[in-house]
Amino acid sequence: MSHILLRHRDIPDLHKMAVYKKNGGFVAFKNAVTKMKPNEVTDVVKNSGLRGRGGAGFPTGMKWSFIDNKGWPHYVVANADESEPGTFKDREIMENNPLQFLEGLAISSYAVGAAVAYIYLRGESWQVAALLDEKIAEMEEAGYLGENLFGNDYSLKIHTHLGAGAYICGEETALLESLEGRRGQPRVRPPFPPSVGLYGKPTIINNVETFTNVPMIMANGADWYKRMGTADSTGVKIFSLSGRVRKPGNYELPFGTTFRQLIYEHGGGILDGRPVKAIMPAGASSSLIVVDDKVLDTPMDYASVRTLGSELGSASVIVIDDTVSVAWIINKTVHFFKHESCGKCTPCREGTYWMQNITKRIRSGEGTEDDVDLLLNVAKQMQGKCLCALGEFSTMAVVTGIERFPQDFKKAVKV
Amino acid sequence: MSKLVTLTIDGKQAVVPEGMTVVDAAKSVGIDIPVFCHHPKLEPVGMCRMCLVEIGRPMLDRATGQVVMDNGLPKIQFMPKLEAACTNRVSEGMVVMTISDKAKEGQRGTIEFLLTSHPLDCPVCDKGGECPLQNLTMAFGPGRSRFIYDEKNHLEKQVPLGELIWLDRERCIQCARCIRFQDEVAGEAVLGFDERGRNTQIVSLSTPGFDSVFSGNTTDICPVGALTTADFRFGARPWELKAQASICTQCPVGCNTTINTRREARSAGEIVVKRVMPRQNEEVNEIWLCDKGRFAYHFTESKKRLTRPLVRKDEKLARASWSTAVNLAAENFVKFKKDFVVLASGRLANEDLFNLKSLADTAGGRAILYSDMGGGDITSLVGVGQGTNIGTMGRGDAILVVASDLYQEAPIWWLRVKQAADRGATLIVANPRETKLDKFAKYVIRYAYGDEVKTINDFGRKTKISDEFAKAKNAIVFYGNEGLGFHGSSGLASACGILLKETGHIGKPNNGLVGVWQRVNDQGAWEVGFHPEPDLEKALKGKVVYIVGSDPVGDDPALAKALRGAKFVAVQDILETATTEIADVVFPAQAYTEREGTFTSGERRVQRFYAVVPAKGDSKPDFSITAQIAKGMGVILEGSSVSVVFDILVNSLDAFADLSYEKLAMVHGQFPIVGRGDLYYGGTTYQNTQGLGIQLVPSAQTGAAVHISKVRKEAALRPKENELLAVPVNKLYDRGVTVNPTQLLDQRVGEAAITLHPLTAGELGLEAGARAKIKFDGVSAEVTVKIDDSISTGVTLVPRSMGLTIREPVVAKVK
Amino acid sequence: MSLVKKHPKEVKQILSKYPPEHKRSAVMPLLYLAQRGEGFVNKAAMQEIAQILEITETEVASIVGFYTLYHDEKAGKYRMQVCTDLPCALRGADEFLQNLCGNLGIKVGETTADGLVTLEAVTCLAGCDKAPVFQTQGPDGIKYHENMTVDKTLELIEALKEVKE
Ligand SMILES: Cc1cc2nc3c(=O)[nH]c(=O)nc-3n(C[C@H](O)[C@H](O)[C@H](O)COP(=O)(O)O)c2cc1C
Ligand code: SF4
Ligand code: FES
Repeated sequence: MSHILLRHRDIPDLHKMAVYKKNGGFVAFKNAVTKMKPNEVTDVVKNSGLRGRGGAGFPTGMKWSFIDNKGWPHYVVANADESEPGTFKDREIMENNPLQFLEGLAISSYAVGAAVAYIYLRGESWQVAALLDEKIAEMEEAGYLGENLFGNDYSLKIHTHLGAGAYICGEETALLESLEGRRGQPRVRPPFPPSVGLYGKPTIINNVETFTNVPMIMANGADWYKRMGTADSTGVKIFSLSGRVRKPGNYELPFGTTFRQLIYEHGGGILDGRPVKAIMPAGASSSLIVVDDKVLDTPMDYASVRTLGSELGSASVIVIDDTVSVAWIINKTVHFFKHESCGKCTPCREGTYWMQNITKRIRSGEGTEDDVDLLLNVAKQMQGKCLCALGEFSTMAVVTGIERFPQDFKKAVKV
Repeated sequence: MSKLVTLTIDGKQAVVPEGMTVVDAAKSVGIDIPVFCHHPKLEPVGMCRMCLVEIGRPMLDRATGQVVMDNGLPKIQFMPKLEAACTNRVSEGMVVMTISDKAKEGQRGTIEFLLTSHPLDCPVCDKGGECPLQNLTMAFGPGRSRFIYDEKNHLEKQVPLGELIWLDRERCIQCARCIRFQDEVAGEAVLGFDERGRNTQIVSLSTPGFDSVFSGNTTDICPVGALTTADFRFGARPWELKAQASICTQCPVGCNTTINTRREARSAGEIVVKRVMPRQNEEVNEIWLCDKGRFAYHFTESKKRLTRPLVRKDEKLARASWSTAVNLAAENFVKFKKDFVVLASGRLANEDLFNLKSLADTAGGRAILYSDMGGGDITSLVGVGQGTNIGTMGRGDAILVVASDLYQEAPIWWLRVKQAADRGATLIVANPRETKLDKFAKYVIRYAYGDEVKTINDFGRKTKISDEFAKAKNAIVFYGNEGLGFHGSSGLASACGILLKETGHIGKPNNGLVGVWQRVNDQGAWEVGFHPEPDLEKALKGKVVYIVGSDPVGDDPALAKALRGAKFVAVQDILETATTEIADVVFPAQAYTEREGTFTSGERRVQRFYAVVPAKGDSKPDFSITAQIAKGMGVILEGSSVSVVFDILVNSLDAFADLSYEKLAMVHGQFPIVGRGDLYYGGTTYQNTQGLGIQLVPSAQTGAAVHISKVRKEAALRPKENELLAVPVNKLYDRGVTVNPTQLLDQRVGEAAITLHPLTAGELGLEAGARAKIKFDGVSAEVTVKIDDSISTGVTLVPRSMGLTIREPVVAKVK
Repeated sequence: MSLVKKHPKEVKQILSKYPPEHKRSAVMPLLYLAQRGEGFVNKAAMQEIAQILEITETEVASIVGFYTLYHDEKAGKYRMQVCTDLPCALRGADEFLQNLCGNLGIKVGETTADGLVTLEAVTCLAGCDKAPVFQTQGPDGIKYHENMTVDKTLELIEALKEVKE
């Protein structure tokens, strides 16, 4: 099957304006602006069942329909922060199929009445930002961005903005703070960005991959899109496969593809032919799944992964084989979250610090079983109390790791 | 009034305004939800997670939108997670549980988390005894820590953020109250967080460090011992301190304070002032205090305090008994009755000034107010109406500030005016140079020095700005004496009064005129009948002068000369000054901390202050000394009871009608609720139990006809070609007698400097930082040059009370 | 030299991206601009940025402190930042870093004697499928180096030695 998002894998030089146009580029945008009302665009996206690809899986069209029409101007922000360990899909899209992403961003902006859109990229991606700037300039030149597009009274500008090394800025309200020139610390929600967002104005924030779906949905229709994937999770998803597999990388597959298909058919199986021990389907924020045959045959969609006691999230599938101790895994994840905790709220700031102290003790062989109990207890004490999801994320691997892989903590612990 | 909603908190019903936070609503029915980051004066941020509670809301039927009923009662749907009571706003029918097992478990958890990083060095911590963290740990903590102590982060413990405020990085719990106060309330974001996560630390990079005159307030609202003042650090334990109500005497705002005292060995067993704290008065200073008010109390304990009467003998001042001194003064005052002059300042209490005025009136002398600013008669007419509270001004209201740099002259007014602008009030700043208030103003009017009256007269003509001012629901004008002497400021006051009258902004609360005086009780002095004398030199020369609470000799060589030519000089003060040096007789007066009395603020609020420490030596309160002297002159004045003096004053002055000490001491409930048991909520600010004071009713509010004569179109004093005009400006930290003794403020005071426009400086061949010689009116001094391109050319700004005498604009030479 | 004097066009272009009343948004791009030459943001630059944006120097410093890609002190000419986060570590990133340390004779966080390279361990760089991966932060900005080996890295370091300003 040919790709919908990673189309550059099928079409060489798709990042070039001429090639992109030849392959149907900007028809959907022009069509939307010249022939459709903004809310009609939103309706198509709603009908397609598209859900946000940034992690939470929130229905995209529904989010757009929440935009507060009492406050103006409106903004659209593309979340290109991509900093979850194990996630590397947005970068591939932006580097190789930038115009489709930008067209999606433009259509979305039209749908919610935004005249300015920002793309917030992680600071390391400055070369990607430079490429996008180039593409934005080309679009302006070609009349796809700027004043009175297609002779209509709709105008749009797109700007890139670089973050500077902070995972938390992927969280939408921290991202907005950062974009406003402040420390990237999350805001209290509600209010949510569609009512109070960038500069206090109604704002729609979506993930790069989410936007990249939009031109294809507009071009081919909601029904076409819904035919792919499952009822609950329509369409295709880019799975970022990493860890102990032979062929790590991005794989664009319909929702409902099984873990086994992803790991063995696409990922070439496990290094050294070892068995899969655990899967983290949503990067470092995942609850660990204990793998058996039933799990490997579970379809990857939002609802099915939930039945395994985990979340699909951004579909950053980290594969762990039997050579790896889960105590080591959580030492890594806790280190990451401790480093990335913004420090705004107490449970996360202090909890990740404390968890790191205990995991270190356990890893060093100094720990006792009491330490493992304490670690579990501290993680649980954080749950449900943090200001944003980062704090919650930091506990997922810890809690599920200890509860689902107790034997790995017996070995790590000196009693 | 906003809509009221009804909710249930721990089974108690609360009826509170819509939009209130759950924490504040609970507080209003006596339920204390523990908080750290929440402060009722700051925007909620929900970051400390201390206030976790269970919140339920009436369940709505999805289809009909109606409340689902269950046995005749609304069905309540509780959130699965605990919620922050500080960020959730009340809604109709809400049910809150703050002490359920689940809520308590959450609160315990937060305390435990906080303590993992805290050094627990309470025995050596200044906050020990009044520490929210300590108190909440006792009340809500887990009782036992599971965190291994040697894993703690160790951070710097003694970091001066500036010379006034110290930081202990280990004690900080990252609640950001200090940062948010500086940013939201003070509008000076000079504190910030560095780094992130567990390494988050407070920093200040301003020059000088922590560059804000509101810095002390952060130590009040800091819920731990992380921020302390250089003044009080390691000074005493809070539980050893006594607390008495007082009024700050540093400016006309009249902030309510509480003075903490202690008897201590290191002060030779005396009772001394340990610190000055804000005392809540939502209509005056809320719960804030500026640093000058907080720190500049040391003059009351200066080594230069006068403790015994002195009489001149063989060219020298020598100790004398009270009766000798009193008799000497009385004798001379009677002997030269025709030439009797009383010169007193607004540093004195209403009762002192009243007795002095009575004496002058009865003895046939003149009462002169030692001040360069006019307009107190206009503020009596059209001053702000009774019930005025800047804290309630906002959208639809207007505030005009003219010829005053409020930040330097009355910091708490600056803060409150700025906040009114934040709430949407139209702020208009008319000043001949850029000031810190400009940033918050909707309109800035820049005029040349000398054009003050013209500016306000022109303002009356139709412009967009004047239109907005005229149409405002309420409007207040603050006028000052930047660049002005007595005539100029009098003219300006009249012009402002006329503007207010013509736009209908008089005789009502939140409407009227406020004088930005230089002293705490200048307004009170005007009320009892003291007026400044434009030609003071002439008024003093060859006279018999009774000088009270003023230092004309130290201030002005011309006045010194005039007084040397006086027949007899009696001086009454709390400190030795240049004036006491030339006196024939000196009376030691008591400081405001040693006696009772009342002051009248710029908003014409009469407020009581109380004795907090014993009097020094043989000193007596001013009103009493005056009464004794009067007795020697055959005039009977009340000299023993200050409240009786006040009663007599009330009987003879219409504006004070019906006031009494009892009424001034009354309090009513205020929001936010603060107090000693509530440290974690409002900070260590004191609850007001000793009086909120009462605002005088301006004539305009009594319905009396208000007549203000048009200001004669006097030729404004503007520099001529090739002429340099020196104009006076005011500075918060000056070299005045009440600031100087506080060494802590030395660095902020700095040296005397004059300010020039770059073009003017260029013509004179001067640049920023250069040393220059300035000469005017018999004054000659070496000063540093500052440059400001927001001022007009041809002028040089000379700060008052910085060692250069300047009473009004005057032609000067600068080299 | 001041930013505005050195990069007048860039400063203007950066400011043009944001509504004038929200020019504070420009703080991050301006900090990158300030960091360009020396590899860190000096105090003068922070002061200037504060002035341009009408915020306080403390606010600017507070942003520098929050984000890991801004530095307020000098390090080696190149910061070599190896990702040792979970996915990379599952593919040998820790061993790679250890070997590199051994070869360069420095510990993580230290700078080579010639001041060329400071070696650091960082969190995920979104190159998880191409581990070992590191980025170099140097005068020419940030560059990714993916699917690396110790030998390839040492070659790279040799090449960096040759780079002239
Ligand atoms: C700690 C944290 C990090 C996140 N990082 C990212 C990210 O890097 N990229 C992203 O698109 N969404 C990220 N999200 C999710 C966003 O908050 C937000 O839900 C998303 O951008 C919405 O877009 P979508 O609806 O298209 O998924 C993160 C969320 C959290 C709590
Ligand atoms: S959970 Fe709290 S400390 Fe952690 S990132 Fe979110 S707001 Fe910051
Ligand atoms: S989170 Fe509510 S008081 Fe801090």
